Amino acid sequence: MAIVETKALRKEWGDHTAVDGVDLAVREGEFLVLLGPSGCGKTTLLRMIAGLEKQTAGDIVIGNRIVNALPPRERKIAMVFQSYALYPHLTVAKNISFPLRAQGMPRAQIGPAVEKAAAMFGIERLLHRKPRQLSGGERQRVALARAMVREPDVFLLDEPLSNLDAKLRTSARDELQQFQRKLGTTTIYVTHDQIEAMGLGDRIAVMSKGKIRQLGPPQEVYNEPADTFVAGFLGSPPMNFFKRGDLLIGMRPEDLLPRSAYSGGGGDKLVTVKFRVGRIENLGADNLLYGSLTDLAPKERFIIDVPSAINFPVEPGKDYDFVIKASDVKFFDAQSGVRTSPKPFWEKS
Amino acid sequence: MSADAVAAAPPPGFFSRLADSEEWLPRILLAPAILYIVASVGGPFIAALVYGLTDVSISSTAVHFVGLANFRSVIEDPGFHRALRNTLFLAFVSQGLVIVLASTLAIALQRDFRGKWWVRLLILLPWVAPISLGSIGWLWMLDSIYSVLTWMLRWAHFLGPWDRVAWLGRPNLAMGSIIGVQVWRTLPLATVILLGGLSSIPQDIHDQAEIDGARFWRHLLQITVPLVLPIQLVAILFGFVFATTDMIVVWVLTRGGPYDTTQVLASMAFFRGIDGGDLAGGAAIALFLFPVLAIAAVVLLRVARRTEVT
Ligand SMILES: Nc1ncnc2c1ncn2[C@@H]1O[C@H](COP(=O)(O)OP(=O)(O)O)[C@@H](O)[C@H]1O
Ligand SMILES: [Mg+2]
Repeated sequence: MAIVETKALRKEWGDHTAVDGVDLAVREGEFLVLLGPSGCGKTTLLRMIAGLEKQTAGDIVIGNRIVNALPPRERKIAMVFQSYALYPHLTVAKNISFPLRAQGMPRAQIGPAVEKAAAMFGIERLLHRKPRQLSGGERQRVALARAMVREPDVFLLDEPLSNLDAKLRTSARDELQQFQRKLGTTTIYVTHDQIEAMGLGDRIAVMSKGKIRQLGPPQEVYNEPADTFVAGFLGSPPMNFFKRGDLLIGMRPEDLLPRSAYSGGGGDKLVTVKFRVGRIENLGADNLLYGSLTDLAPKERFIIDVPSAINFPVEPGKDYDFVIKASDVKFFDAQSGVRTSPKPFWEKS
Repeated sequence: MSADAVAAAPPPGFFSRLADSEEWLPRILLAPAILYIVASVGGPFIAALVYGLTDVSISSTAVHFVGLANFRSVIEDPGFHRALRNTLFLAFVSQGLVIVLASTLAIALQRDFRGKWWVRLLILLPWVAPISLGSIGWLWMLDSIYSVLTWMLRWAHFLGPWDRVAWLGRPNLAMGSIIGVQVWRTLPLATVILLGGLSSIPQDIHDQAEIDGARFWRHLLQITVPLVLPIQLVAILFGFVFATTDMIVVWVLTRGGPYDTTQVLASMAFFRGIDGGDLAGGAAIALFLFPVLAIAAVVLLRVARRTEVT
């Protein structure tokens, strides 16, 4: 267990900056998720922490040691690649024992260690198989077993679930979180999937174009986005934006409710908007209403997500009143996209 | 209307039916290649088999079936024994050297550096040059008077200013020279095959080995080598068959000399069957290694399949 810190970390490929001055402090035992769109530099950042890539500038600290000059094997890290990178010519048992043999563990201790790791991931009966004889989910477990068998200080995981089918991914996500809690090993987990990030992370670092835009617990990042990028990247469907003066106003589709369905309660101040329904999409659990706010932003597309549990018949082309809590309306600077303090437009009128 | 439309669809023509036939199309496409192989390899091979069992020779038109007599007399010939030993020695030593050198070269060439493309081209050149031309070039370089090698050794003070080396005139040196040329000749292909094998290993595997703490030798011997082994075996198979069946290098450099000390089976078969006119005897010598090579090929291909990865 150890803290991991990067200080003004940069990586340039020629004139392209992949990681642009990242300051990150991962706490001891924390599950930190690096979230960002494809190509934003997550893998590069992780590979620099692992020591597979040399940074252009900046420092990396693992467990109070500056590890800039250390090769991967001396950084006490384990990494799981998106491809799992199992050694195809070795059995599962040999795959798992490889790091132990490489660090010169006495032969007598290797067997028990491998068995313990295999038992933890429920792959004892696969030990004699070759990787090509395994399913995707089994490969992922073998890769995790190989990563934890030598009890590293830090786990680095690069999109380890993206090769699994959707159903398996959900259960694998749960398991992964349980293992991490049980082991208490500091973990950095890279993904471009916001649902994964929300479900797994103690904290989420949202990245864009080589920079960290916001770092915080999932709920905080979701509810209090630092800028329009974070606000738009998290949430599906994404946050609605419309312009008002030199501000961008943001409202999450699920934060709006039909006025008639709002049961009141709480002392929350409510804002009422007029919404004209254009098209209705039924997703089973939710109904997505596509349309526009007739009084606030008639030209801009606006989406409202109404849970199917709320019985609210709508017809295309008609106007309805929706309400949103004043605290759920977000304000951003239209120029920079940075979050600003609320300037309630509804109070003047 | 609809009846017209049905009638209008023409029945597929003969050629389009053929092009759709999973049964016949592959056979037809393969036929020229098979015919060519049968005619150019199978024909002479069967002729050699027949020759080996008869007393055919250039000097007589009468041909009699003699059973295994040719093989028996060849086996009793001490010259044949020496040629067999030389052939195997040449093949094993040159291919052993090729494995070590090709691995080293391939690993070195795999790294990125400026001018990599040119270095690769230079290394491949011996393979594209006709083998006889290459051998003649070496014949000059190994000449007893004008040898560049001797000159370099003198310059480096390994030899006195008036020392000479009869590179091709002394049995051990001649054998060494032939092995050297054979290595020079087969190294490029082996290197290129190995380079292909090396670049087929995903970078993730190498990164993982590094993360797992493998240092240079463990990485090389437990990860890289096993993963290129199937491909490497193919390279070894080619080199081995090439080295045991080639006669051009021997023929150009030494003609089997001095006093038959560098004679190999292929050159001996040529000298006896073509130069000496004893077609039957030559055929028997040429055929002698066929079963050995066939078994070697089968074994290597099986091993290659067993170790196949992914
Ligand atoms: N080896 C490399 N050489 C040059 N550019 C690279 C290399 N690796 C990554 N990049 C570039 O760096 C940027 C970030 O890549 P990456 O870290 O893989 O993003 P992510 O993992 O977030 O999808 C991309 O624009 C990519 O093209
Ligand atoms: Mg990536």
